[in-house]
Amino acid sequence: MKTGKGLRFAAAALAGVLALSACGGGDEGSDGPADLRMTVWSANEAHLKLLNEIADEYRKNHPDVSAITFDPLPFENYTTTLTTQIAGGNAPDMAWIFENSAPDFVSSGALLPLDDTLKKAEGYQYDDISPATLKLWQDGGKLYAYPFSTSPFGVFVNTDLLKQAGQKTPAELIAAGQWTWDAALAAAGATQRTTGKAGLVIRDFDYKGWDNLSTFWTGWGAQAWSEDGKSCGFAAPEMVDAMTALHKAIFTDKALPGPGTTADFFAGDAAMTVTQISRASLLKDDGFAWDLAPLPAGPKGDYAVVGQAGIGVLKKSKHADAAADFLAFLTNPTNSEKLAQFFPPPRQSQLTAETLAKTNPKLKPEQLQKVVIDGITSGVVKPNHAGQAELSQQVRAGLDPLWKPDADVKAVLDGVCAKIQPLLAK
Amino acid sequence: MSQTDIRVGGAPAPPTPGQASRPWWTSRRRDQLAGYLFIAPQLLGSLLFVFLPLGLVVWYSLHEWNVLAGTFDFVGADNYTALADDPNLGSVLRATGLFSVGLVVFNLALALLLAVLLNQKLRGTIVFRTIFFSPVVVSLVAWTIVWGFLLQDNGGVNGLLDTIGVDGPNWLRGEGSAMLSVIVVQVFKNVGLNMVLFLAALQGVPAELYEAAEVDGASRMRQFWRITVPLISPTILLTSIITVVGSLQVFAQIAVLTQGGPGTSTTVLVYYLYQQAFQFHHFGYGATLSILLFGIVLALTVLQWQMRKRWVFHES
Repeated sequence: MKTGKGLRFAAAALAGVLALSACGGGDEGSDGPADLRMTVWSANEAHLKLLNEIADEYRKNHPDVSAITFDPLPFENYTTTLTTQIAGGNAPDMAWIFENSAPDFVSSGALLPLDDTLKKAEGYQYDDISPATLKLWQDGGKLYAYPFSTSPFGVFVNTDLLKQAGQKTPAELIAAGQWTWDAALAAAGATQRTTGKAGLVIRDFDYKGWDNLSTFWTGWGAQAWSEDGKSCGFAAPEMVDAMTALHKAIFTDKALPGPGTTADFFAGDAAMTVTQISRASLLKDDGFAWDLAPLPAGPKGDYAVVGQAGIGVLKKSKHADAAADFLAFLTNPTNSEKLAQFFPPPRQSQLTAETLAKTNPKLKPEQLQKVVIDGITSGVVKPNHAGQAELSQQVRAGLDPLWKPDADVKAVLDGVCAKIQPLLAK
Repeated sequence: MSQTDIRVGGAPAPPTPGQASRPWWTSRRRDQLAGYLFIAPQLLGSLLFVFLPLGLVVWYSLHEWNVLAGTFDFVGADNYTALADDPNLGSVLRATGLFSVGLVVFNLALALLLAVLLNQKLRGTIVFRTIFFSPVVVSLVAWTIVWGFLLQDNGGVNGLLDTIGVDGPNWLRGEGSAMLSVIVVQVFKNVGLNMVLFLAALQGVPAELYEAAEVDGASRMRQFWRITVPLISPTILLTSIITVVGSLQVFAQIAVLTQGGPGTSTTVLVYYLYQQAFQFHHFGYGATLSILLFGIVLALTVLQWQMRKRWVFHES
């Protein structure tokens, strides 16, 4: 009897707990004013201030929306945190999505199709959006996220440091038609040897974030995987050539800081850094003299690489329609122009040096033309694939043996393909 | 109220045999209720945060849960079959074993050595005890981040080695040195706790045993192995169980210092579980891995507990 009572008590307690936990989630229909939340990667005050201003303006004419919150998540674990929130029944109404997780989100059915809402929005000018920027965010002819930011990679240059090392600046090399990776790496190596500071840093790579190396290997015509995503590209001759050049630059010429060594360009620790133009905000007015150059030409000529981020509306949101309506407002021509100072827009009419110069005081019109506009028009998007997190981990682990002075580049790259080909073929 | 209770005037009737004679709310029941109320917070907490998640983990392990698509499909034992066929599992278990063995050996040996050294009645021992214990109360992530800087190729450790003419390795980039670094960082973090436990045990060893041994002509080393170790063996058992279980739960150090690399050399089971569940979104498979972890921890603890009879003093 005692056991029976104990069991009944335990069962009742468990039932109570389950009932309590069941109260937490649920996708009930909309009721009452909408309280919208959007996850973003940036906690930059200026970014949030502008977003909040646009949200306040929207709410003036939309009493049905009681609040719009921008919820910054740490950049390093952004996608993991976002998916954990979704798994925990705490999905945001809108989410910023990086290009590397775009295929997963777009194909999963987690996002609300946006075409109709955006096309119907008053004065939206949907056709103004560059079709090239929409490609990553479409599936089956439907658009699942708005390409909020298309940010090309360029080379920020500490001209003080290069001059101190007696090297030509990229501007001089561009004028002489000599702005190539060979020249850039030679200048970087010479600067390191002369000044003791780092030569060139591929930002956010740090021997882990390998997808940032696409800013380098694309110059050799290499790619991580084929266009259809089915075949590994790491063992291709172009990639072997590119990685051999990179390996030599790191371990022989010391043009890039080696593994386990940190150098922050924006703190004045390096002569050059490859990064997105949105990082211009990190430059200090009273710091060193700087310049922004397009990526150097590789053996295959001039090229550009872009990073993309989209904003999607989660289907699970209780207020998905209200969120889509706000997204249409946030990205209309007027607000898109305001946001252009931080996030290069996909609207063709706004991709002019004149428009961008108004909101990018730190960049000169020719920099905007060469790096931003040409980059967005012709740029290759950083590697992205369904199941990217797992692929990324396998590539990272596979490339680790490459970051040693005596590495066999071809053998390591063959090993990477052996690891990821089964995942690509899925 | 029954008929028999109705009386007009006079004293209440004496209880009739066979009827409910005693009040229900007795002091015994009151004590029982008080007991249940005392344990209720703990019981509720255990139900909510231990047994419910444990049950759910088993349930999740039988499902394929796609967070993005919002699907939750029953797949039976598929995740367990995948576990048996997982090509990465071998290297993950090897890294886990290496970390656990390294940690337990280094930690217990160093803790015992420090405890023996600091058990002397000398000036300044309290200061040293405090110094060795202080990392225990430091935030784990802060501790690990600082060590991450120190262990960089151009970091403090190699700078120190450089002053004595030693060219230190790139600690976190070599497969062997990365594992060693993670173990050492963890040992320095927690050795103080085991040291304090050993100190307490050492101070409980009767001094007359050493005096008798000295009279018999036993050396200091012989005294240590024949008197000290047997008498503190219950504490050695306790610290080894705590350290083994703790070593299998290592996560923050790996996440901050190596992210499982280089290659997969420091991808221990908990980190692999995190990758599968939270980075690759294989929540069902992640749950299966956590059951494997639970099984390993349980088996090792039971094994240690059973083995105590063979080597723990007072237990045979």
